[in-house]
Amino acid sequence: MTEVFGVPVPALLGQLMLGLVNGCFYAMLSLGLAIIFGMLNIINFAHGALYMMGAIFTWIALTQFGINYWWSLLLVPLVIAILGVVVERSMLRRLYKLDNLYGLLLTFGIALVTEGLFRHRYGVSGLPYSIPDAFAGAFNLGFMFLPKYRAWVIGASLLTCFATWFVIERTQMGAYLRAATENPKLVQAFGINVPVMITLTYAIGVGLAGLAGVLAAPATQISPLMGTNLIIVVFAVVVIGGMGSILGSIVTGLGLGLIEGLTKVFYSQAANTVVFLIMALVLLVRPTGLFGKER
Amino acid sequence: MRIVSPRFIGYASLLAIGLIAPFVVYPIFLMHALCFALFACAFNLLLGYTGLLSFGHAAFFGAAAYATGYAVKMMGLGPAAGIFVGTMAAVVLGSVFGMLVIRRQGIYFAMITLALAQLVYFFFLQSSFTGGEDGIQGIPRGRLLWFISLEDDRKLYYVVLAIFLFGFVVIHRTIHSPFGQVLKAIRENEPRALSLGYDVNKYKLQAFVISAALAGLAGATYAIVFTFVTLTSADWHTSGDVVLMTLLGGMGTVFGPIVGAFAVVTLQSQLSDKVGSLVTVIMGAMFILCVLLFRNGIVGETIGLYRRVVGRRPD
Repeated sequence: MTEVFGVPVPALLGQLMLGLVNGCFYAMLSLGLAIIFGMLNIINFAHGALYMMGAIFTWIALTQFGINYWWSLLLVPLVIAILGVVVERSMLRRLYKLDNLYGLLLTFGIALVTEGLFRHRYGVSGLPYSIPDAFAGAFNLGFMFLPKYRAWVIGASLLTCFATWFVIERTQMGAYLRAATENPKLVQAFGINVPVMITLTYAIGVGLAGLAGVLAAPATQISPLMGTNLIIVVFAVVVIGGMGSILGSIVTGLGLGLIEGLTKVFYSQAANTVVFLIMALVLLVRPTGLFGKER
Repeated sequence: MRIVSPRFIGYASLLAIGLIAPFVVYPIFLMHALCFALFACAFNLLLGYTGLLSFGHAAFFGAAAYATGYAVKMMGLGPAAGIFVGTMAAVVLGSVFGMLVIRRQGIYFAMITLALAQLVYFFFLQSSFTGGEDGIQGIPRGRLLWFISLEDDRKLYYVVLAIFLFGFVVIHRTIHSPFGQVLKAIRENEPRALSLGYDVNKYKLQAFVISAALAGLAGATYAIVFTFVTLTSADWHTSGDVVLMTLLGGMGTVFGPIVGAFAVVTLQSQLSDKVGSLVTVIMGAMFILCVLLFRNGIVGETIGLYRRVVGRRPD
């Protein structure tokens, strides 16, 4: 069997694939964070909690209401987005004139409340969700087996990321959004309803987190703690990439997922921490982040 | 003749309460609250007076607790030397983190401190000297100066009170010094402070290290009081707790973090047997309420109310 540095190639590729799956979640979450930050100037600490809710709602939908994976894929992000509208309208809206630290503190509170409630109801052990029938099994690529579900997660999230990029950078709506990010007052003066745009931006951002949660449901352990553990890594990803560019967030997310996968193969003790170490290194060399501009 | 100021009466009565308290309230509870009060005061030096939100202060608290636990249990140091070692560990960690984190401002500062603290958490989880999930158990409290046995809770209480007062005085002096004035200037308007010729990053780094050192002092004392250290002390929940204490009590006030720490520790110890895991929900709800309804915290709002009432009185 072929080996690279003493590691069999299929094992290496398997870990890389797993890393890429994680990278997809990083990309989707950091993309949502970046869009929300651009428009609301708030770092949404509740992002991880909403991702967790996405996964748990998918599980509840199947076990309580018999709603299958495909309907969840459509409905759950919608439900999360509606929750986002409620949160933005009822709470975040009051903070726009204040220091953006308050937004972080408020959303941290929301994250604690949601995590606590779900933890109280469902405990900390993982909830099982089986892979939908269409994606059972694996492709034989000759040099490795690629589980179909992983291929689907990678394909679906790349498509979502690309669609988000396309909407923001290449459509009329996206042009309004970019303009409103630069100068909300002026855009408002042109007769565009900026408050509604802000609400929609938050809804779409958290909807992306919800979608990532649905995709994660069959691929990882569904647990009330899954969100916060992930969001801290995503924060590091955001610091590394900088929040200036959409493609930047996507590339950084995927790249760091791959690096994490590689670390798991060659030095597994550091797999949990490699992203944080890279963050420290980037801060030394390029404090504004790889794709960032100071704002 | 100089009339005694109300502020002086305030400090004196608080000190008196501190001295009598262990005869009325369970000393372990008081020591727990005092450790967190010191921790919150140290945190407030950064958030309230320099405008920097650190979301990873548990790293310093936890690192000092582990260093003290290891020094006292494995190396056989006395409690005073152990606490010193712990505090120094926090100083070293604070200097390294400080140099990294002052390179970014605002919201990034919070995210970076959180991520670095998580790095420390995983380091403690995987290292052998920390005992992994079990932590370090059975740290001897020992004797202070060969004749004060700290096994007695009440004696230990007075030592902890002295440590707290020392930390409090350090912070008080820092805030009310020219150095503290520069920190406030940075909080209010960083570009302006920079244009006036202050080396803003140097000031921020110094404030960060002082804050980390005192957070470490609190953590080191905590290890001696409870005779064990676990991963909880370096957990992000602990970082969140200290943010809440400061926010609830009133950030940027001298007594706010103390009030907040006593309130949160009381709530946690009263509620944890009754509602179990719902404590997190209550903590989160308090965050939301504080941010939406009273951003100045208990002490800040009280001062505001007092000023409004006194200000309106025509005399």
